[in-house]
Amino acid sequence: MRDAPAILPERGLADRLTATFWRHPRLLLILLLAPPLLWLGVVYLGSLAALLLQSFYAIDEFSGVVVPEFTLKTYADLLRAQNLDIILRTLLMASLVTLASALIAFPIAYFAARYARGRWKALFYLGVMLPLWSSYLVKVYAWKLILAREGIITWFADHAGAGPLLARALDEQWFGGSSLSTSPVGTFIVFVYIWMPYMILPMQVALERVPNTMLEASVDLGASRVQTFRTVVLPLALPGIVAGSIFTFSLTLGDYIIPQIIGNSARFIGLAVYQFQGTAGNLPLAAAFAVVPIVIMLVYLAIAKRMGAFDAI
Amino acid sequence: MRSDRASLGLKIAAGAGLAFLHLPILLIFLYAFTTEEKSYQFPPPGLTLKWFAVAWNRADIWPPLYLSLQVAALSTLIAMILGTLVAAAMANSRFFGRDQISLLILLPIALPGVITGMALRSAFSVMEIPFSVWTIILGHATFCIVIVYNNAVARFRRLHGGILEASADLGANGFQTFRHVLLPNLASALLAGGMLAFALSFDEVIVTTFTAGQQSTLPIWMLTELVRPRQRPVTNVVAIVVFAVTFLPILAAYYLTRDGEHTAGAGK
Repeated sequence: MRDAPAILPERGLADRLTATFWRHPRLLLILLLAPPLLWLGVVYLGSLAALLLQSFYAIDEFSGVVVPEFTLKTYADLLRAQNLDIILRTLLMASLVTLASALIAFPIAYFAARYARGRWKALFYLGVMLPLWSSYLVKVYAWKLILAREGIITWFADHAGAGPLLARALDEQWFGGSSLSTSPVGTFIVFVYIWMPYMILPMQVALERVPNTMLEASVDLGASRVQTFRTVVLPLALPGIVAGSIFTFSLTLGDYIIPQIIGNSARFIGLAVYQFQGTAGNLPLAAAFAVVPIVIMLVYLAIAKRMGAFDAI
Repeated sequence: MRSDRASLGLKIAAGAGLAFLHLPILLIFLYAFTTEEKSYQFPPPGLTLKWFAVAWNRADIWPPLYLSLQVAALSTLIAMILGTLVAAAMANSRFFGRDQISLLILLPIALPGVITGMALRSAFSVMEIPFSVWTIILGHATFCIVIVYNNAVARFRRLHGGILEASADLGANGFQTFRHVLLPNLASALLAGGMLAFALSFDEVIVTTFTAGQQSTLPIWMLTELVRPRQRPVTNVVAIVVFAVTFLPILAAYYLTRDGEHTAGAGK
């Protein structure tokens, strides 16, 4: 082995390329990034640009054809009272859903982060991930079965003697409908069910990061369980809660399937987009409606960033 | 005060929360066996197995099923290639614009699907592209990239750079290292990412309605049945199939990636 060279001889193109990449790591980086960035840049950003472009076109009211000329007419249409109603209703729903989700998700995340160990921890993780990943439509469908007038909730209410109570609640104007599956409260429940799981994991991560020593210090200084929770745990976990709320809020904002299947056919932003591009054939107005959640989410993300949510993910 | 014991209230709240997440899905199974086809009567007046045979013989279910499988397979393939490339680039290097790229990958799934859908629909309209299988795949692959990326990048980070150097020291060129060292180490993470992407694509409906035109994937078929029900238990049978096709890959993906990834953050 006396004469073995320190550098092996090149054996062909593959070796030469390896050497080139070794000398120019940037080249490899560019080659790796080019295909995915081209895809996302052209397909995704390109489409978003087309969306924006489309929203500045308007539809000719007589022929129903899209006129490809720059105009603000569509945005003026967007600001009509009935459309503002849709936007406000959607914002209210998304906020309520996010709040309710936080209330339901927090105990799960808190238990999983602080008390679950080993087997239980894995079980909690699966217990959150499986419903989160399960088929969206199947989950919505399950609720149609549950909330139906002849369904399981009515049955339970009747057998628990609460049937009249349920009927009276459904008579309330803002609350009810002919059955739970055609009532706003039904829409709300299903929104919470579908989008709440997205909140649990970011919350759990944030709670896991709260150091035990701080809790001990708080107890040593004489704080009660509730005080420790309110003054130590909650402020430290808040960025994670906000981070989790991004998904729940954003996904509720754009959903158009749930209000279509469960609810009193009151319109939400997503549903408006869907109907304007479909039956109404008004692509520009649909595009303008789709821009609304983008703007809302940009504002939401800016606020979340200020609250430190991005350090929490 | 002992701090390592959960209070009863917390246990109940956490347990009730998990039950809320899981119980509704069970009803799908129950209603697939009901003898009542016109309503969602509870409890079912009788139980029968006939709906499985009826669903099997319904000619309108098979083409959407094939289309969904085709779309999911091709979207997954594209997402796996693109997601792995981006993960390889992002894992071990710092460069200008890195944060922007990770935001760009995440956006298609963080923004509501209706935006992605409407954006693609606008693009097809502006560029006069007719709807086809490929317009569906274009959308699906875009939001599946992040799934593969998340799984792959986590594995890349855990992979010790030393073994790649060792491979080079032993005389392997980059391609041999990729084939014999990198790929075997990445395989299970890629498989997991691919299966999650497949599951996500197979049951996606929000973006698909905007990119499918007149074509019908299985979720779109289900959606029309939900809006205008015909034989309701048949929809339940299909729902069970959709549930199984998404549930099993998710479970498998979990077992493929669980070592050392008990912390959250993987997944969507």
